[in-house]
Amino acid sequence: MQKDLISTAEFCDHYHIEYSFITSLEQSGLIQITKVEETPFIDIDAINELEKYVRLHYDLNINLQGIEAIIHLLHRVEDMQEEIVALKNRLKIYE
Amino acid sequence: MEYVDYYKILGVDKNASVNDIKSAYRKLARKHHPDLNPNDKEANKKFQQLNEANEVLSDPVKRKKYDQYGKDWKHAEQFEQARQSRSQQSTRGGHAFSGGGFGDGDFSDFFESMFGGSQGGRSQAKYRGQDYNAELHLDLLDAHKTHQQTITINEKNIRVTIPAGIEDGQVLKLKGHGGPGVNGGPAGDLFITFSIANHTKFKRLKNDLYTTMDLDLYTAILGGDITVDTLSGKVKLKVNPETQNGSKIKLKGKGFPVYKKEGEFGDLYITYNIKIPTNLTEKQKELFIQLSKL
Repeated sequence: MQKDLISTAEFCDHYHIEYSFITSLEQSGLIQITKVEETPFIDIDAINELEKYVRLHYDLNINLQGIEAIIHLLHRVEDMQEEIVALKNRLKIYE
Repeated sequence: MEYVDYYKILGVDKNASVNDIKSAYRKLARKHHPDLNPNDKEANKKFQQLNEANEVLSDPVKRKKYDQYGKDWKHAEQFEQARQSRSQQSTRGGHAFSGGGFGDGDFSDFFESMFGGSQGGRSQAKYRGQDYNAELHLDLLDAHKTHQQTITINEKNIRVTIPAGIEDGQVLKLKGHGGPGVNGGPAGDLFITFSIANHTKFKRLKNDLYTTMDLDLYTAILGGDITVDTLSGKVKLKVNPETQNGSKIKLKGKGFPVYKKEGEFGDLYITYNIKIPTNLTEKQKELFIQLSKL
């Protein structure tokens, strides 16, 4: 099980970020932390998304509430983009 | 190679302070950051320009050089060449701006010629490209056989091999076919969701197929040979005498191919629907009456 997880301490160390940022993200429901023998880990599959939050916060100075709003809107944008692609592909059938 | 006006890109004047530059960069980066503009090539390009402008103007040494030679970059190049040649003669060492870690084409030619590539730092982090999502509509008959199909994603044609047995709603991941990475980061992935329409008389449940078949009364009672349709052609079948309405038979291996398991198939289940004859002739009625009295 552990091979699919990365410890939060290792992640924070690698990106030079505070552990409190990770816990805030968890409290707001943006990420999930798995505890193995009391050590907090992050699922490898969630790393891409977590890196995005790190960039938004540390590179663009966006606070947690801003990140939550952005992620919500990005999901809507992605849904609409998917719908456009699906509609375009469907239109191609009639071209 | 064109001259790039970094002050114009950041929207600041020549006398802007380091704080002004930082603030202008942050403001514009929030607008054009790739994370905030999924699948937007223009925003990606603009963000790279912003990074480049910030890299130069927020570094006092680079900014000084840019201010001194920027407008006349050709002279700067000549100046650099002369300076490098002098430096090599005296020290056989490196030169001022060429030591960057990954000058890999993500910066403009103008930047490369003046500064020789990025010096790294968080703002130049490599970003993985966006994942793309697409929906592909197939007919059940298409999904029955392994075949190739070309789909267009962001004006790029991608040929996809669709394995037989793919299911409705199943998602295929094509690694590296998503949006391009930023600053040399890896490309994202393409996720294709299959939407399979069924215009056949077969109902599909996983790998098994289900259908109903009309059977005339006489064959149902006396038994006989019939021909049934399957997805892979017609099959001859023996009907047992006294077959009941609604009874089911299983044709092993005549169902749908199992996804990515060559030679393996589900089963086909046929439910008999016995048709009672209508518009009986007098003779037929008489015979049925006789039968009923036996």
